Amino acid sequence: MSAPAQPKGRLARVGEWLDFRLKFRESILPPIAHPVPKSSASWWYVFGSATLLCFVVQIVTGMCLALVYVPSASEAWTSLEYLNYVQPFGWFLRSLHSWGSNFMVTLMTIHLVQVYLFGAYKYPRELTWVVGCVLFLCTLGMAFTGQVMRFDQDAYWGLGIGVAMMGRFPVIGESLVHLVLGGPIIGAETLSRFFTLHVFAVPGLLLMLIGVHLWLVIKVGINEWPMPGRLVTRERYSDEYHELVAKEGEPFVPQGVQKDIVFAGIVLVALFACAAVFGPAGPNGQPDPTLIETVPRPDFFFLSLFAVFALLPPYLETPLILTAPVVLVALAFLLPFYSNTGEKSWKRRPGAWILVIVVFLCLGTLTWLGLSSPWSPDMSAWSGTPTPVEYVKGRTPLELQGALVFQAKQCRNCHSLGGEGGMRGPALDDVATVQTRDEIVRQVLQGDGNMPAYGKNLKPQEVTALVAFLTAMHPAGEPAQRSATIPARPGG
Amino acid sequence: MAEGGPQPGAPAPAPPVTRRGVLIGLGVALNVVGAALIGVPVIGYIASALRTRSYQAWIPLGKLAVFPEGQTRLATYTNPFTVPWDGVTANVPCWVRRIGAEKFQVFAINCAHLGCPVRWFPESGLFMCPCHGGVYYEDGSRASGPPPRGLFEYEYEIRGDELWVRGGQLPTLAGPV
Repeated sequence: MSAPAQPKGRLARVGEWLDFRLKFRESILPPIAHPVPKSSASWWYVFGSATLLCFVVQIVTGMCLALVYVPSASEAWTSLEYLNYVQPFGWFLRSLHSWGSNFMVTLMTIHLVQVYLFGAYKYPRELTWVVGCVLFLCTLGMAFTGQVMRFDQDAYWGLGIGVAMMGRFPVIGESLVHLVLGGPIIGAETLSRFFTLHVFAVPGLLLMLIGVHLWLVIKVGINEWPMPGRLVTRERYSDEYHELVAKEGEPFVPQGVQKDIVFAGIVLVALFACAAVFGPAGPNGQPDPTLIETVPRPDFFFLSLFAVFALLPPYLETPLILTAPVVLVALAFLLPFYSNTGEKSWKRRPGAWILVIVVFLCLGTLTWLGLSSPWSPDMSAWSGTPTPVEYVKGRTPLELQGALVFQAKQCRNCHSLGGEGGMRGPALDDVATVQTRDEIVRQVLQGDGNMPAYGKNLKPQEVTALVAFLTAMHPAGEPAQRSATIPARPGG
Repeated sequence: MAEGGPQPGAPAPAPPVTRRGVLIGLGVALNVVGAALIGVPVIGYIASALRTRSYQAWIPLGKLAVFPEGQTRLATYTNPFTVPWDGVTANVPCWVRRIGAEKFQVFAINCAHLGCPVRWFPESGLFMCPCHGGVYYEDGSRASGPPPRGLFEYEYEIRGDELWVRGGQLPTLAGPV
């Protein structure tokens, strides 16, 4: 920002005075105005800077929240309520901070996918990719530790789930649990530990690594728009890149950055809108472990993990908890080393497309399952959900008795009738068409797989009534199953 | 600023001892010692939660009369290893099943799968977990779902007319209550 060489105003002279000492003109200006390939001034290249913008928003709003928030297990929840209802704009800053987190994770994910599909991780940008992966993990770490800052029931039981996973490590499990909790239980020192991670350790690391990431972007140069057929070779790439930049490069500021600035504005407005319309997240109930009438759920990004742990066969859980994170992180970190040169364009890398689509289909499906969580029993269905009228109308007293047993023995918590109730087990609206009376009796008494055996918990007359109710569960036009060994009786 | 070049005509190329070399060596050594002096207490501070002895203590749960025979009731206690700013998190719930006059089973609230709080349903005699659908029988043994084992159980003692349990830490597959 140098003034024209005319009679210098006071401002220009102050600028000169400062620059004589700071030497910004020779140190900061060249990287700001460094030439970038014209093709990289694209709408596809705005997500990195938008992620950085979100981080800045998180720092500002986080510092504001820290003015009021009390990182103490006995006061945190109250201070969150105070922020929501008493502190002027407290609810809005909490909302901005939690939406800022959603935005940051989302934009960072888009940035990662773009870099992957554009082959930008290839020679010579391997280190930029690796540092970016660490930034990604740190940001997810911020999201999890941030969920703990919202010290409510979900945070409490979320921590419990986290350490339950750590407890599966052989030998060091117990020590790891105590190290993370800062003591024997989830309590004051746990919150303080996560506060330190969320506010000092991880943000410090993020700032440092963002510096390295940007340094690499400037020193190695931003990736050019990948052209199909223009292959990367270790021998020629650097020369080709410099040639390209010399031929059709333009300075990052002001040309290259234009779209970044427009997108930054869009992100800020969208963030304001989401924060204002949807409001802050929680807190829900107090983090009191004796309030056991709770149904803990993780935050959005971790719903897919929640689903994985419900759907994995139990024998696979511990091995996967111990190995999968290491393998996945190693695969991601090493990507630029096993795919170092060659084609960059997504148009000639169908495998990359397929991988992205498969990963997002998996994550999307698991997240959707995590939202509906059909494996969780509906803990109040037995007492709170009415029995559909058509299943009690015109039934015998014994069958009606069975309908009562069905509710009173919590069957409804896992089995739905008329679409209401738990989804853990199959819906029983037409169970009589798929199981014979004997099969139903066996299933009730012995259970199997995901159903407990009710043999010891039902009196014989209750079993009789329940089975009578269930064998009547078939559509009017479709008869009940009958055992092949029992000859059909006329009218029976 | 003494210039310490190699001695002319020296038989062995051993690096000569110079004032600068000694100073750098001394500086490095002092810094290593200093870093250790500061670092060891810092690590000890962070790792103080690791104790060779587990967190275990005897805790009173209440009068025996509170627990009717043949029933399972929720009991709560204050964890023996706490700080004043633990707040409500120091209160720990557990399930007490009284089988006979002097015969009890005391279960941790935490599901053996991933630690969520299990709920007791006296009508069906089952514990159910709201997270991933683990189910346990009234004696704490695994009935169905993902838990790899039964509920975690407290050691108990009857002292006079009171029920005491031995506990103090969050149970995981790696460590008992």
